[in-house]
Amino acid sequence: MIEVRDLTKRYGATVAVDALSFDVRPGTGTGVLGANGSGKSTTMRMILGLDRPDAGRARIGGRRYGDLRWPLREVGALLEAKAFHPGRTASDHLTALAASNGIARSRVGEVLEMVGLASAARKRAGKFSLGMGQRLGIAVALLGDPAVLLLDEPVNGLDPAGIRWIRDLLKSLAAQGRTVFVSSHLISEMALMADHLVVIGQGRLLADTSVDQMSRGAPSLEAAFLELTGASAEYQAAPSPPVTPTMGVSS
Amino acid sequence: MTAQAARLPAGYQAARLPAGHYRFRHVARMEWIKLRSLRSTWWTLVITTAGAIGIGVAVGINTKNAHGDLTNNALAGILPALLLTSVLGVLTMTSEYSSGMIRSTLAAVPSRSLLLAAKAAVFGVLALVVGEVASFLAFSAGGAALPRGITAPALSDPGALRAVLLSGMSFCLIGLIGLGLGAVVRHSAVAIAVVVAGVYVAPVVVGNASHELAKYLPIFIIGNSLSTTKPVGCSADGQCFHPLSAWAGLGVLALYAAVIFGIAWWLLARRDA
Repeated sequence: MIEVRDLTKRYGATVAVDALSFDVRPGTGTGVLGANGSGKSTTMRMILGLDRPDAGRARIGGRRYGDLRWPLREVGALLEAKAFHPGRTASDHLTALAASNGIARSRVGEVLEMVGLASAARKRAGKFSLGMGQRLGIAVALLGDPAVLLLDEPVNGLDPAGIRWIRDLLKSLAAQGRTVFVSSHLISEMALMADHLVVIGQGRLLADTSVDQMSRGAPSLEAAFLELTGASAEYQAAPSPPVTPTMGVSS
Repeated sequence: MTAQAARLPAGYQAARLPAGHYRFRHVARMEWIKLRSLRSTWWTLVITTAGAIGIGVAVGINTKNAHGDLTNNALAGILPALLLTSVLGVLTMTSEYSSGMIRSTLAAVPSRSLLLAAKAAVFGVLALVVGEVASFLAFSAGGAALPRGITAPALSDPGALRAVLLSGMSFCLIGLIGLGLGAVVRHSAVAIAVVVAGVYVAPVVVGNASHELAKYLPIFIIGNSLSTTKPVGCSADGQCFHPLSAWAGLGVLALYAAVIFGIAWWLLARRDA
C-alpha cells in the first residue's frame, strides 16, 4: 500500500506537484496518467525519497522510503531507462545492487532470465538498446522480489513483444497481491496494464477512479482523458484548422 | 486477465524480510563491486603506478648530485600520478550522476550519509593500497636507476620510510578530495577542472605571490613536506623556505578532505537526486 498525502513540490515559482493525495492498493494495478510534465515522475521520485517534497508526505506500508529496512526487498522501482553506468555489465550492475540489500547472488541470474537478458549478462550496458536498458531496469525492480512495485513509463523503448511481456508480468504481479504502480502517457497501454487510474494534470489530482468507470459515458478512455485534462494541459497545440478538400493542384 | 499466478500468502512481505536492516558493510560491498567492475578503474590505477615508477626511474638515471634528497627524487613521479587518482576520485562520484546510476543507488540505499561513507571508505582504501605500492616501487626503482657511484637511498635512512609511506597516503587523501568535490559539483568536467585548478594551477599563482601561503597548498605539502626526508628547501641563490613538517602537512591535507566531505555530506542530504 502506497499512501500519498498533500504531496507538493515546487521548482522556483512553478508548482510541479500540487497537494496530491491518493492511495495505491495491493492486488490491482494502479496507473498514473498525465500529460508530459504533469508531475508523474516527480511524484514517483518523491515516493522513493529521491526528491524532497516541499509539503505533504508519501508512505509505503506506513513508512517513509528512507525508513525501509531493506528497500530493494520491499519496493522495486524503475525510474528511467538508463539508470546504470554504461561501462558496467548487466550482471555486475545487478550484483552490486543485490549486495547493498543482502540479496543472494543467485537472484541476479534469475532476474536476468526473467527479463530475457540472460544472453546479454556479460555485455556492457552502454551497448544496450533502449529496450534492453528498460529490461535491465525491470530486472533491478524485480531483484528483491518486492511486494510493492513502482514503474515509470515501463513500456518505453520496448518492441510489441516486449510490451506484451511487461503487461502480462505486471498483471501477474498484481494478481499475486502485490502493489503495482505504473505511470504512462499512453492511454491505450494504460487501459491494458491497470485496473485503477490516478489522473493528474499540472500536478493536481483530476481523477482517482477505475478504468471502467472512467471510460463509461465517453466514446473511449482517450476521449475521457482528454476531456479531463483539456483544461490543464501544459503544452497545447493550437487546434488544427478544419481540413477543406482542395480541388486541383496547388504548389 | 492472463495472469494465473498464485496469490502471495498473507504476511508474505513480513515473513521473507530478514531481520535487521542494510548496514555499512552491505553498502561498502556494493561500492566495491561497482568500482572493481569498471575497466577504467584498473587502467587508471595501472597508469598511475607506471607513471610514478617511470618518472622516479627517469629522475634516478639523470641524478648527478649524490648529496641531494635522493628519496624525494625517486618520489618525483608521485605528483603527476596523483592527477590521475584525483580524477578517478571525481569520476567515482560524478559518473553516478552523468549516467543516472545515482537513482538506482539511492533507491537501494536511501541513507545518503551511509552511501557517502561507504564510497569514501572503499575508494580511500583502494587509493591507499595503490598509492603505497606505487610509492614503494618508485622508491626502489628510482634508487636502482641511480648512476654508478651514487648509493641508492634505503628505507632505513633517516626520514626515508616516512617519506615513502606518507607519499602513498597522499594518493588516498587527494583521491578523497576528488571524490568529495565530485559529490559537491556533480558534473564530471567541472569537478575535474576544479580539482586540477585547485591542486595544480593555484600553486603557480599563489606560489609566486607568497611562500607563506604556498606551503599550505596540497601540491607543496606533498612535494615539500610529505615526500621529503628533510622538509627544508634552499634554492641556489641562498633563499630558504620552511614548508610544513611532514605530519603537519598530512594533517592539513586530511583537514581539506574532511572539510570537503563535510560540505558534500551536507549537500547530499539536502539535494534532490
